[in-house]
Amino acid sequence: MSRHVVAAVGEIAPGTCKLVTVKGREIGVFNVNNEFFALINRCPHQGAPLCRGEILSRLVSKSPGQYELTHRGEMLRCPWHCWEFDIRTGQSWCEPDSVQARTYAVEIEPGSELAKGPFAAETVPVAIEQDYVVITV
Amino acid sequence: MEPVNPSSMQAIDCDIHPAVPSTRALLPYLDEYWREHILRRGLEADNLELSAFPVNADLNSRPDWRPARGIPGSDFDLLRSQVLEPFQSRFAICNVLHGAQAMFSEDLSAALCRAINRWVAAEWLDRDPRLRASIVVPPHSADLAAEEIDRCASDPRFVQVLMLELTELPLGRRQNWPIYAAAERHGLPVGIHAGSSFRHPPSGLGWPSFYLEDYVSFAPGFGAVLNSLVTEGVFVKFPKLKVVLIESGVTWLPAYLWRIDKTWRGVRAETPWVDRLPSEIIREHVRLTIQPFDEPPEQSQVQTLIEQIGSDEMLLFSTDYPHWHFDGIEAMPNGLPPDLIKKILIDNPLATYPRLS
Ligand code: FES
Repeated sequence: MSRHVVAAVGEIAPGTCKLVTVKGREIGVFNVNNEFFALINRCPHQGAPLCRGEILSRLVSKSPGQYELTHRGEMLRCPWHCWEFDIRTGQSWCEPDSVQARTYAVEIEPGSELAKGPFAAETVPVAIEQDYVVITV
Repeated sequence: MEPVNPSSMQAIDCDIHPAVPSTRALLPYLDEYWREHILRRGLEADNLELSAFPVNADLNSRPDWRPARGIPGSDFDLLRSQVLEPFQSRFAICNVLHGAQAMFSEDLSAALCRAINRWVAAEWLDRDPRLRASIVVPPHSADLAAEEIDRCASDPRFVQVLMLELTELPLGRRQNWPIYAAAERHGLPVGIHAGSSFRHPPSGLGWPSFYLEDYVSFAPGFGAVLNSLVTEGVFVKFPKLKVVLIESGVTWLPAYLWRIDKTWRGVRAETPWVDRLPSEIIREHVRLTIQPFDEPPEQSQVQTLIEQIGSDEMLLFSTDYPHWHFDGIEAMPNGLPPDLIKKILIDNPLATYPRLS
């Protein structure tokens, strides 16, 4: 396991995702209301580039005709067969017990800390005064 | 494997069809007003049978069950000697199929259904303690149907509400919900029998030319019924409701479940109240009678199908008397595992129909 600086915090706007390649793996780094999450860009169903899917909310209902929108911007819909995944956990909405997208731990680190190392900065140049998204792969 | 003899276990026959011999037979059971209405219009001369079951259609009656005169299923003594005795059934549920269920006039439909329910109680249930019946309702008027359910429910020998499969409105639609509310309130499953209002085609393709085409279309029609009940959220709204598909055939079910599950995973947000696999909902709420089964060619394939259905609680024994699906007393498909046989013959019917216990 190693930690990788994959983006400056300001680079990924809320509601968007940055695709990065770490150790040969494509990973989507999401900003969900200024919390950051990382998911493998490979759908556990049949391998679609999951992180290119649409970022949506969770539509739920207790009873027919009652509609509720929750988890605003926290769901990812696979571009192939439209299964929905929780960006926070990688859990599939329709098969929560058996299907889960691989997640990676994400931390925000100030540039001043990062300068001390040891981090693999990959392609992201680090400046002392900025915060960075660091994932463990 | 030896053919199963249901009589050895005193099975519960969940589908027999006593027939109204003629509209005249209903006259004493009609409200006074409707008796005069029918006589003024001369309707008593019409038997008002559903057009799915023209009296002489071969499948309408097993040859050795066909009476010398009259409509198959209309003679109590024959029914007793042809089905109750040979099968030694501990209970048999009478499902009366009649044009009252397809009538345009909601009030006349309700009046005839009331008469049929009184008739079945007096002429059948009163004559044999093994007989039970489904409540016949005017399906195009949910409020009147619910009233009739409330009226009949005080007689514990009514164990189910009977609907037809392909009605004017898909069965899951909210306009029908008063029927499900009443059924659930009284602990009555809703039996959905093959059949239609017979003024719209049995499939979306339009009117068939042949009986074969028509009859076979009713099996996939049951898939449409399940689609409607599940997606409209009937089982979410009425969590205690059980639905029994009657004369639906059985072996189409696994492929249907795979298809609805697969599609649901991608489009479930459209009907967010369907919040678990449709197959799970269906296994919990839906039951099917065993005749006709639509058996595969090999016994080993029956075993596979049962595994694919994925529940040992869904199938209920039936003879579908007097319709012709089997000969002798071989009403059970060959190749069923022994534990399942007992469940189908007894345990599952008892669990489905609380009023039988
Ligand atoms: S590959 Fe993602 S839902 Fe099928």
